[in-house]
Amino acid sequence: MKEVNVTDVPALQSAAEAAVAASEPIGSDAGYWRNVWSRLKRDKVTMTVTAILFMIVMIAIFAPWVTFHDPYAGSVLRRLKPVGTPNHWLGTDETGRDLWSRIAHGGRLSLLSGVLPVGIALMIGGLLGVIAGYAGGRINTMIMRTMDVFYAFPSILLAIAICGMLGSGFTNAILALSIVFIPPLVRISESVTAQVRSLDFVDAAKASGTTTAQIIRHHILANVLGTILVYATSLISVSIVLSAGLSFLGLGAKPPQAEWGLMLNALRQAIYVQPLVAAIPGVMIFITSMCFNLMSDGFRSAMDIRLEQ
Amino acid sequence: MSSFQAYFPPPPEEIRGGAAQPLLIVQNLKKYFPVRGGILNRVTAEVKAVDDVSFEVRKGEVLGIVGESGCGKSTTARLVMQLIAPDEGTLVYDGDPVGHLRGISVAALRKQVQMVFQESFASLNPRLTVGDSISYAPRMHGLPRAEADARTQRLLREVGLNPTQYMRRYPHELSGGQRQRVNIARALALQPKLLILDESVSALDKSIEAQVLNLLVELKQKFDLTYMFISHDLNVVEFISDHVMVMYLGKVVETGPVEEIYRNARHPYTRALLKSKPSFDPAKRTREMPLTGDPPSPLNPPSGCRFRTRCNFAQEVCAAVEPPLLATPDSPARYQVACHMFNPGSGHTQAISGASHVAG
Repeated sequence: MKEVNVTDVPALQSAAEAAVAASEPIGSDAGYWRNVWSRLKRDKVTMTVTAILFMIVMIAIFAPWVTFHDPYAGSVLRRLKPVGTPNHWLGTDETGRDLWSRIAHGGRLSLLSGVLPVGIALMIGGLLGVIAGYAGGRINTMIMRTMDVFYAFPSILLAIAICGMLGSGFTNAILALSIVFIPPLVRISESVTAQVRSLDFVDAAKASGTTTAQIIRHHILANVLGTILVYATSLISVSIVLSAGLSFLGLGAKPPQAEWGLMLNALRQAIYVQPLVAAIPGVMIFITSMCFNLMSDGFRSAMDIRLEQ
Repeated sequence: MSSFQAYFPPPPEEIRGGAAQPLLIVQNLKKYFPVRGGILNRVTAEVKAVDDVSFEVRKGEVLGIVGESGCGKSTTARLVMQLIAPDEGTLVYDGDPVGHLRGISVAALRKQVQMVFQESFASLNPRLTVGDSISYAPRMHGLPRAEADARTQRLLREVGLNPTQYMRRYPHELSGGQRQRVNIARALALQPKLLILDESVSALDKSIEAQVLNLLVELKQKFDLTYMFISHDLNVVEFISDHVMVMYLGKVVETGPVEEIYRNARHPYTRALLKSKPSFDPAKRTREMPLTGDPPSPLNPPSGCRFRTRCNFAQEVCAAVEPPLLATPDSPARYQVACHMFNPGSGHTQAISGASHVAG
């Protein structure tokens, strides 16, 4: 095939289009994700928040390398030391364990309890939602009304009920939270799928003999995944807070495991002795969930290159 | 290939059905949309979107379909495309009944018939580049990437867009006219014979509309296409069509060659429509409204002739009997009108006399 060089562009086009072409770079290859990235880069809040989150995650992952004490080794002599104590810069807890070490190690469970339930719920809920939204009719009614039953309970109550049923423990807490997050994810993915499905390009694909599986994969998922993912990110912060709540109530992680919610509960009694130390696990929960929230907000606005112009 | 096929090869694609065989025959097409309500979600009413519509599209012809919004034009298009399943009626594509055991399958039909929608933006996947959108269907049907890309480039050039510039653009980076050109290229990617243009130029600026119309005329000649052109714009339909079908509330009221419909319309609805057509000549300014009010609800269409509630010539017979679609004594070939006034012996006092019918 003959290569078209730039010089014969005007011959091919009307004057109006040539004018448009002149003002834009030729063959603009600004893919969607590159576009999103360039918007993100300009958003200072989101970038800062993402950096903080990255740091927290790194500290949790590399906890043994950034801490100098065993998170489980207590000492009766060094109980409830204040922040800034030499050798224990964040102080020690009620059994004399190094708080920095426990915060870093506890981050593993806490972050996991934020990400894992949302991940599981995303798989199940996203799938159900896309099916409900695409199929419509009876299938939609069946799935959505079932979800409404779960919606009837406040999320923390539902989690407590499921946890109580399954028995306490970290795994059960994660399972309970996954079930709690399925209904909202189904609802979101159902509504965006139904919206995209009604657009003409889906009909056009159908009209050209594309199979349903191909339509869902190439035309539906590509257009709904962003919205669903952003929503899921905002659920992570809720999940962290809820799981901290569950451990606080003694339904999640068990002592002596290091987990922020559990630590907050244990240090509660020391609030008059060492208020600053007692607050630290709470502050960590707050910062992390805040960061996840702000990050998902930033992502949403960056990805908000709307379907309708 | 089995020996049977070697001895009896199927007729070549070009002469399939023969030149005289209409490309598409639609018979008694019906689509009623149920309206559900009440506690038990029962069907309480039906919208008769398309009610007993029959027509044919000849090879190389442009069939224009006109009518007010809600008259069933777009539903007809989607029914032909099999995007919605008809309740009743048969489709015969080039001599082969669609979906019939000995005919053509829906999947095969969809390679032969393609559609261009009204909304240029909604009909392109915003996450796919222009090039990917066009080459998507051929690649799904197994065309290798290199070939699909070559075809895409050729098509983009055919619709007046420079492939090096536009292949990798996203729909939101194009203007409405450019996007509609892309949609046309996408529809042509499967090398169809029949293109259904559902209000495809209606949303464009007048100047762009003219460019796209000229492009359509050009493409029709180049690729030997047949069009079903749906529009509410009478001027555009007159420009592009060979044959025109006028629809009102899910029914065909008048159909015939374009000159006959535009110069010598018989049905009061068509005449009112044509009178409402804006003229470029200020001397022929439209001074009074030829047609007032909205069409009645298709949920509960008037008895007999559906147009009688807005018709100046309505009489008792119009409410009692539904006028059949008939040729008139003085009409040219392939002309039909559904009005009691043009059916001698219908009982309408202004009906044409039966004598001329015999003479004709």
